[in-house]
Amino acid sequence: MHRGKGMKFVGDSRVPGMEHRKPNIPKDYSEYPGKTEAFWPNFLLKEWMIGAVFLIGYLLLTVAHPSPLEGQADPTDTAYIPLPDWYFLFLYQLLKYEFASGPYNIVGAIIMPGLAFGALMLAPFLDRGPERRPSKRPLPTAFMLLAVASIIFLTWESVANHDWEAAEAQGQIAPEVEIDTSAPGYEIYSNSACINCHGENFEGAVGPTLIGLEHTPEEIAEIAVNGIQEGGAQTMPPSWDGSDEDLQVLAEFIAGLEEE
Amino acid sequence: MLNKLYDWVDERLDITPIWRDIADHEVPEHVNPAHHFSAFVYCFGGLTFFITVIQILSGMFLTMYYVPDIENAWQSVYYLQNEVAFGEIVRGMHHWGASLVVVMIFLHTLRVFFTGSYKKPRELNWIVGVMLFGVILGLSFTGYLLPWDMKALFATKVGIEIAASVPVIGESIKLLLAGDTTILGAQTLTRFFAIHVFFLPAALLGLLGAHFIMIRRQGISGPL
Repeated sequence: MHRGKGMKFVGDSRVPGMEHRKPNIPKDYSEYPGKTEAFWPNFLLKEWMIGAVFLIGYLLLTVAHPSPLEGQADPTDTAYIPLPDWYFLFLYQLLKYEFASGPYNIVGAIIMPGLAFGALMLAPFLDRGPERRPSKRPLPTAFMLLAVASIIFLTWESVANHDWEAAEAQGQIAPEVEIDTSAPGYEIYSNSACINCHGENFEGAVGPTLIGLEHTPEEIAEIAVNGIQEGGAQTMPPSWDGSDEDLQVLAEFIAGLEEE
Repeated sequence: MLNKLYDWVDERLDITPIWRDIADHEVPEHVNPAHHFSAFVYCFGGLTFFITVIQILSGMFLTMYYVPDIENAWQSVYYLQNEVAFGEIVRGMHHWGASLVVVMIFLHTLRVFFTGSYKKPRELNWIVGVMLFGVILGLSFTGYLLPWDMKALFATKVGIEIAASVPVIGESIKLLLAGDTTILGAQTLTRFFAIHVFFLPAALLGLLGAHFIMIRRQGISGPL
């Protein structure tokens, strides 16, 4: 680049005049050894192939597995067993071991992750030799392999020890239904024994929720009169003691309760 | 037309040196999967950047519907997922992208580590890379709370308790993140939203710029 005297500038800007410019011509790659090639457009077109294959896998994952959404956050639910996203599971698992939890919490929560992250950050200053092959620098290689193995092991342990069925049940979105409390069906319901076990809004209490049942009105009426017997035990007592007309209205009302 | 536009800008700003530097930089044989299939390990960094771009784009679309407030956050995500056209796809890409970007940055770190590419003169780029890893994990952690569902709330509770156990400054970190010494609620959600959408992406873009300028200055490390 020409500098100093004789330099022509564009107008009053610091950009040099056209006669001092670098020509916009691609480099001659014959001067490069072997199969070295230019980034644009030669290599980028090939790299995009890998990007495209990756993108297809990514989209397949997205359409095959809708992203999860649990019920709305309820801070009063003290029974909820928390679980972080899967890539933090190893840290979470670490805190379950005796000498990394309770009075030693600081070991598992701060010291061990802090040391690992610090060592990773300072790797160029801890491993200063000129050798680059993993086999020629056994200590860094061994430490990294140990760290990766620990992460995989801890993640595995965490997944194996977690009760996934309970986790799915505790996170379910509770069905929400607008109950028409002025309907004759609701009046019959609230005056009967049903409401004591199935709740004011059919949400369930001692008995299960009555929303979104897959029974026909006839089946519901039959259950209300005779109860449910499962494996010799009476899981729901015979409950109905009103008139047949009311029973039919009630059964149809309950069968019509659908999740929104 | 495009050439004329380029010339018009170039005459005024002399962009040719920058453009030729980007376009002509040599891609050696040992990092090119077209020549050695095993060189695909050199693609992990590029793929991390690719997902990062998708995360930024999908995240921008998500904020068109998302409301960072405890009354409406969950409702808006539910609506987005179940009612909005392609909402499930956009949220799905953001959700799964968050996992994939962690996987890819991990693999990229391992590649750089096991090829010894962090050694002199590339120490600074390695440090920026590790900071990027930290920022990505921070984005994952703060983003996990935003849907305001059960697992989000309770995982964040655990995370904040861990942060609070840091000696001396633990309580201050907790106060900074949660906005309150005891309650994890409305303040926490808006703070996590701000961190997830403004603070950390700003740090991410700055560090990414430094990462790329350094790799362009030094070139990719040679074959083992």
